[in-house]
Amino acid sequence: MNAIVNLSELIKRKLGKTGLSSFNGGVHPPQHKLESTTSPIRPVPPPARLVLPLRQHVGNVSKLQVATGDHVLKGQLLARADGQVSAAVHAPTSGTIAAIDNQLIPHPSGLPDISITLEADGRDEWIARQPLDYKAMSKQELLDSLREAGVVGLGGATFPSHIKLREDARHPVRTLIINGAECEPYISCDDMLMRERAAEIVRGIEIMRYLLDAGRCVIGIEDNKPQAAAAMRAAAADSEVAIDVAEVPTIYPGGGAKQLIKVITGLEVPSGRLPSEIGVQCFNVATAYSVHRLVHHGEPVISRIVTVTGHVGHAGNYEVPLGMSIRELVELAGGKAIPELIMGGPMMGFNLPSADVPVVKATNCIIVPDSAMFPEPPPALPCIRCTRCADACPANLQPQELYWFSKSQNLDKAREYKIFDCIECGCCTYVCPSNIPLVQYYRFAKSEIIAQDRAREAADIARERNEFRLKRIEREKQERAQKHAQKAAGAKTEAAPADDAKKAAIAAAIERAKAQKAEMTPKNTEAVSPVVAAEIAEIETRRAEVQAASTTEARTEEKQSTEEAK
Amino acid sequence: MVQEYFLILMGTVLVNNIVLIKVLGLCPFMGVSKKLETSIAMAAATTFVLTVGSGTSYLISHYLLGTELFYLRTLSFIVVIAGVVQFTEMFLEKTSPVLYQSLGIFLPLITTNCAVLGIPLLNVQSNHNFIESLLFGLGGAIGFSMVLIMFASLRERLDAADIPAPFKGSAIAMITAGLMSLAFMGFAGLVR
Amino acid sequence: MLTALYVMLGLALLLGVVLGYSALKFKVEGDPLVARIDAILPQTQCGQCGYPGCKPYAMAIAKGEADINQCPPGGDAGVHALADLLGVEYKPLNAEHGLPKPKSVAVIDENVCIGCTLCIQACPVDAILGAAKHMHTVIASECTGCELCVAPCPVDCITMEPIAESPANWKWRYPVFEIKPEPAVTRKIAE
Repeated sequence: MNAIVNLSELIKRKLGKTGLSSFNGGVHPPQHKLESTTSPIRPVPPPARLVLPLRQHVGNVSKLQVATGDHVLKGQLLARADGQVSAAVHAPTSGTIAAIDNQLIPHPSGLPDISITLEADGRDEWIARQPLDYKAMSKQELLDSLREAGVVGLGGATFPSHIKLREDARHPVRTLIINGAECEPYISCDDMLMRERAAEIVRGIEIMRYLLDAGRCVIGIEDNKPQAAAAMRAAAADSEVAIDVAEVPTIYPGGGAKQLIKVITGLEVPSGRLPSEIGVQCFNVATAYSVHRLVHHGEPVISRIVTVTGHVGHAGNYEVPLGMSIRELVELAGGKAIPELIMGGPMMGFNLPSADVPVVKATNCIIVPDSAMFPEPPPALPCIRCTRCADACPANLQPQELYWFSKSQNLDKAREYKIFDCIECGCCTYVCPSNIPLVQYYRFAKSEIIAQDRAREAADIARERNEFRLKRIEREKQERAQKHAQKAAGAKTEAAPADDAKKAAIAAAIERAKAQKAEMTPKNTEAVSPVVAAEIAEIETRRAEVQAASTTEARTEEKQSTEEAK
Repeated sequence: MVQEYFLILMGTVLVNNIVLIKVLGLCPFMGVSKKLETSIAMAAATTFVLTVGSGTSYLISHYLLGTELFYLRTLSFIVVIAGVVQFTEMFLEKTSPVLYQSLGIFLPLITTNCAVLGIPLLNVQSNHNFIESLLFGLGGAIGFSMVLIMFASLRERLDAADIPAPFKGSAIAMITAGLMSLAFMGFAGLVR
Repeated sequence: MLTALYVMLGLALLLGVVLGYSALKFKVEGDPLVARIDAILPQTQCGQCGYPGCKPYAMAIAKGEADINQCPPGGDAGVHALADLLGVEYKPLNAEHGLPKPKSVAVIDENVCIGCTLCIQACPVDAILGAAKHMHTVIASECTGCELCVAPCPVDCITMEPIAESPANWKWRYPVFEIKPEPAVTRKIAE
């Protein structure tokens, strides 16, 4: 702990000169970035088979636009954004839609989800690409095209970018922050992207800045990436707009949006609020790059840079078409597709349910671990109330309290202690001397609270609908009573025969439905030899006779029993 | 004089704590201490009723019953306390629905609280005058509140602790109450 | 002896007058307790409790006519919440009223439906869409899974299908750690 305190002191002294501020807590896990930054980004040719989940982003599942058997071109729209909070899915290569069904997706649940399977034809043929003249079109049109191009936050959160890029009259964005901090160990995809494609990123930033009309624009890069910072600085100097590059101190989780905002602007995002409400908006560098690809090249998001590292032959960064199987990717990198693969970093990532899941927009890193790399943690011991977790928490929470409340499932208290401000960075787990997997408890409590809220919402709707129905029934009854009174005054009604007719109609319909049901059930007696058919017919007639007798009995009995039950 | 009042107050709050030393009012102590919020509400309600109840009980025993009808004390105290509680409930419901809701069921429960009956009876036993009776009631109530809130906070923490299965629930609560009681016995030499 | 009687009588009369007066003076309309109980109930409107809906059941609980453990859809958590609210002891769900089931939605087999509108009349939340002699269908998002539509269907074309777990509604599990035997090597060293 002393080490942490000293380091943060050191950082504060260092920051005094740069005009940056710092956030509380944070940790310094081993970086392990060198392994994957020695070689340039390697493009990966599209594989023979791609699986594209329709839920690759935060929000509504995209709406299908293709059917099985359709031939599609590279970059063609496969699924349209459904509603505002949604993003589209495109074909990463040309080919045929082989299936639209549930496939295993890279999600901690290990559950399958609706996905499109695309068989590549190997021609990799593009659709007609049309660069956008963004200054000539309205901002809304540009935002819509971002939505239709499937641009989402590629830092890992996959929140649809067009929503964050909307101008909001109530909260004008003064500072646009481009996040190139990449604080999590092992991951280097943003680093390599900045080194190699700095100019393109800056083109994307220019568009974002134009959309938000932001006064200031800062690229935040951790000071362990001097090459990337230099490349970005050079590219920013060429830009027509003023873009600053800030080298922020290397401390995990310095790349968290709220933390980076605090470091660069000194502003703290209030609990439960969005950064835009304090006039800041934050995007990942890879998102800026995909905006550039869309606007200047007319290309939707169909690939991303993925760091493949750990126990592999050629650790490095790969430009992977979305939907490629992670097994193929790992094998391409010279690793073994073992079942313990980790998607994301060692701090916030999760174990993939299987190697046979596709690369999605959130896949920034695949780690192939070996037992020496992440040894199994020793068993968790009881909490000793040392509050090291509170010292390390970058969100200024009380992790030990949250742990107790989550553990005892005291969800109201957990919410009261702002569990939803937890960014699940894992700093508390990292420093815990008792090896308690704190974040797992928070995740449990959070999803439990969310489920509770959903249930409550559903109950409120049901209550409203029920009350409305009761009111309606009451009203109808009154109306009927009124009518009856009127009719009684006039002539006698003939209600009974009408009722009978209705009953008869229902009975007839029941018969029809039964016949339909019987027809629908397939029989194994079709397509047999005539002799057998004759035999079957004979048996059937006999059975029908027997059944006719027994079913009438059974029917009446059943009716009786149901009536009794009522 | 003031010193004596202060001694009565401190004596009832700490030295002769009504729950931990006199072992009165254990039902709300064990029953309403599962959640901190409800225990605070209960403490507030009890404080009010205890103070008012001991005051009115003094008036009744002193002016109405006297020495001849002493055998009616218990009976009349129960009636009066029940009346006070009932009145408080109605008054609160009208004037402060929020407080009424947070107290909810605990208010009527106070009627059957032995601490609320015990304090007036102890008052009579130790020949307190009116102000002393009020202070004695207030002190008892503060002691009750303090211990109840402390105990509720402890129990909230106990929920998250790794308690061996046979001790979970009421068992560990009883042990905790016993330990608290032991701790409060340490106040025994406070007033000399 | 008589004095004692008079004293008690006087006390009782006095308190009676005071309480009676204040009951009139501080009268509160409506019963906030019912609303609070109703807020805890799951609003399936299934009637498994023996009352024709959640609100009637809430009123019955508030009056003390019904017990708190008659609501299977609310589950154990619901009983706990009611016990907390009312300050009574928790008791396990009464099996007479059914057992908690996984949340389901009704599904109409649209090939078999004859369009009799009986299920529409049975649905407490108007979650079934259709008209006479036309096929009906369930609005899954509004269905509370009360099963009230299953019995009235004359052609048994309604089934209850449990809501499957998907990545959208998946929940993180409570962390449970396996207890593993100590590796043999370390044990030897310890010895």
